Amino acid sequence: MPVNFFPAEFEVVRNSDRCIKCRACERQCSNEVHIYDADFDKMLSRDNQCVDCQRCVSICPVSALKIVPNENAFRKSANYSQQLMIENYRQAGSGGVLLSSMGNPQDYPVYWDKILINASQVTNPPIDPLREPMETKVFLGKKPAGIKKNPDGSIDTHTEPYLELNMPILFSAMSYGSISKNAHESLARAATELGTYYNTGEGGLHKDFYQYGKNTIVQVASGRFGVFKDYLDTGAAIEIKMGQGAKPGIGGHLPGAKIREDVSKTRMIPMGTDAISPAPHHDIYSIEDLRQLIFSLKEATEYKKPVIVKVAAVHNVAAIASGIARSGADIIAIDGFRGGTGAAPTRIRDNVGIPIELALAAVDQRLRDEGIRNEVSIIAAGSVRSSADAVKAIALGADAVYIGTPALLALGCHLCRSCHSGKCNWGIATQRPDLVKRLNPDVGYQRLVNLVNAWNHEIKEIMGGMGINSIEALRGNRLMLRGIGLSQKELDILGILHAGE
Amino acid sequence: MLLKEGEIRIPAGCAISGFISRDGNKMNGGDIVKSISYMHDRSNGLGGGFAGYGIYPEYKDYYAFHVFYDSNEAREKTERFLDRHFDVINLSRIPTKKVPSITNEPLIWRYFVNPLPTKIAASQLDEKEFVAKCVIRINNDIEGAYVFSSGKNMGVFKAVGFPEDVGEFYRLEEYEGYAWTAHGRYPTNTPGWWGGAHPFALLDYTIVHNGEISSYDANRRFIEMFGYKCTLLTDTEVITYIFDWLNRKQELSLEDIASIIAAPFWSEIDEIEKKGPQKAAKLRYFRNTMSSLLITGPFSIILGYTGGIMALNDRLKLRSMVVAEKKDIVYIASEECAIRAICPDCENVWSPKGGEPVIVTLSEEGKRKCL
Repeated sequence: MPVNFFPAEFEVVRNSDRCIKCRACERQCSNEVHIYDADFDKMLSRDNQCVDCQRCVSICPVSALKIVPNENAFRKSANYSQQLMIENYRQAGSGGVLLSSMGNPQDYPVYWDKILINASQVTNPPIDPLREPMETKVFLGKKPAGIKKNPDGSIDTHTEPYLELNMPILFSAMSYGSISKNAHESLARAATELGTYYNTGEGGLHKDFYQYGKNTIVQVASGRFGVFKDYLDTGAAIEIKMGQGAKPGIGGHLPGAKIREDVSKTRMIPMGTDAISPAPHHDIYSIEDLRQLIFSLKEATEYKKPVIVKVAAVHNVAAIASGIARSGADIIAIDGFRGGTGAAPTRIRDNVGIPIELALAAVDQRLRDEGIRNEVSIIAAGSVRSSADAVKAIALGADAVYIGTPALLALGCHLCRSCHSGKCNWGIATQRPDLVKRLNPDVGYQRLVNLVNAWNHEIKEIMGGMGINSIEALRGNRLMLRGIGLSQKELDILGILHAGE
Repeated sequence: MLLKEGEIRIPAGCAISGFISRDGNKMNGGDIVKSISYMHDRSNGLGGGFAGYGIYPEYKDYYAFHVFYDSNEAREKTERFLDRHFDVINLSRIPTKKVPSITNEPLIWRYFVNPLPTKIAASQLDEKEFVAKCVIRINNDIEGAYVFSSGKNMGVFKAVGFPEDVGEFYRLEEYEGYAWTAHGRYPTNTPGWWGGAHPFALLDYTIVHNGEISSYDANRRFIEMFGYKCTLLTDTEVITYIFDWLNRKQELSLEDIASIIAAPFWSEIDEIEKKGPQKAAKLRYFRNTMSSLLITGPFSIILGYTGGIMALNDRLKLRSMVVAEKKDIVYIASEECAIRAICPDCENVWSPKGGEPVIVTLSEEGKRKCL
């Protein structure tokens, strides 16, 4: 008899008074948790297969279900948590690297929650966004260091290529393959309607979505999947992905099971083969190599598109960003260690990188100290969870923010962090046709539009409270922030005062 | 402990007033004192000041430095610095009169100077930049010395007190100029430092400002990339630097500067686009590339410079400001009473719209007389 070293993480609680045995949960659960026992006319559960995605709870017509943490407890230790013990059991069983998905859930400080925002009282008036214009338009790209004049004395209004956003929010990179076609369609249509951008991630661009090219950022990552001339020409901007906040220093691995026909065509790799992106770009071993790739891409697109360089927030991110700013990039995207992922080694996700708040503050200040902040725009990514986080990011110095996880939440994701299994019951992180069709892009795109519009309303309200009526006056306006419960060192890095100062 | 101006940011409300004779006729400093005194309740006795243009015709080719010293030691240090970098033509204490309400005055000196050509050449800077750098250096590096006026044929006079008392203290009725501006300050606590009073000046640019800008730190952190150091943490200081950078260094017209710092709303730019795509393209360009110099929050300012003054409100017009005319004179003030006080029969009284600059320059005749 096999010994089970650890219990199920969750317990399916079924109210048998309510349950009508319609078996909807059984049909909907791709993890095969729910089973019908005909002999006893009863619904049973395989708790150990449950990932707490909440799909069954959400669709149960009689609200008979709830998923709760298993209360069975190992002997308590402040050093060896139950989670750690289970992970060691699993590795002893499999011999493998632990895999996880979505953002780092560990108990590290969340600096957003230790920063408070200012408001006007008496000496200057708050502004009511319902009565006065409140502007959130943002331009991302390289800005000139000064005014240039034409020979006739008029001002030379030529600019480097840029992105124009109606609001300081973009959808961050999520590849086709890691997420479904319907999820991609929802993002593409939402970005188009909102007047912002979504990002293909490293998986190429499905031919059906070329029509949304004006609102698409096409990514060039170390695997170069799906990169060819039409792809580059179609996007509004090109993003070179050097790293990702959830897994700095390593590449990606999309299992062959997810490489079905369409994904295979889009990525330009054979069906069923694993799509492995290397840790480095093998043509970029140094900063001068990055410069060459930036200009190769610019040459290929006739200098008509801004180039974004995305890096993970690591310890010396400020110096790295300074190097990138001097290498011809138009925009730098910094991805914090809480950023999401479709799959990452658990130990890397949970232990590598630094918080976006600190990285962003350090980069913005460094670029200003060097007088080159104008050379690039900054997009902050890696756990911007709400409009308040976005406001704080902009006040710290970001031009705009990438959101990934909130967009997935809008599509139904419940953060079960099991994307790497490919069995997403919400039709998001899966390529199984029966699951993908659960996500209706007509509904999905509308929910994304709603979410971002709601955030933008809130951003306007918060700005109005500060007496600011245009987003550019908020950018880098750190005097509008105060820290709460932070050490002097943390305050110094964030460049803000403590509450009460 | 109360912190000095520059160690803490202090919001302030204010009164401003100013006028200019387009034909360059000399007007007595007593007029500007009378004008600002009618807005007594807009100040609280914690700061007042004036700027006069055309007041030093006999020294009009020399930079006039007005300096506050906390001690004779600071004065000696500064004078040694001045001797090394400038040809000092004349130096004296600025004449003042004892006024009971004005106390704790520092040593107040005036120097007429010309930068040494060898020093300018060695610095590889143009003359104005060299002078500006020297002023900033004295203010930052010499403890207890503060140059508060540094233009040619103009001067700033300021102190802690009500503006009318400050005017009396500096005996402004003994000066004549073609343009004057004034400021009465209503800070929300007591810095008690004379350097913190307004106008704020760099070279011949002076700013008097009423308001509290909400974009302050965004503006400050941007302009500091270009070699400025905002040591006073006041709106007026950062606005002056923005004007200096855009006007003197980037050579933008004052109209263009107005459309950067009080940029039209996007909805307005869309309207302008229908009338003329070229103008709209320029406005879009400014809002794209100079966006960190947009000033939000309430302000009304009067910029003084050699040969003109400019008045500007924030784009929502969150501060009062009126303009009036009489013959060749244009008056600007926070309240109409301050204009009527010195020109009861003024004409064409109007309130400029938010973001609409009022720029008045010397006529050809005025230039002949004064420049």
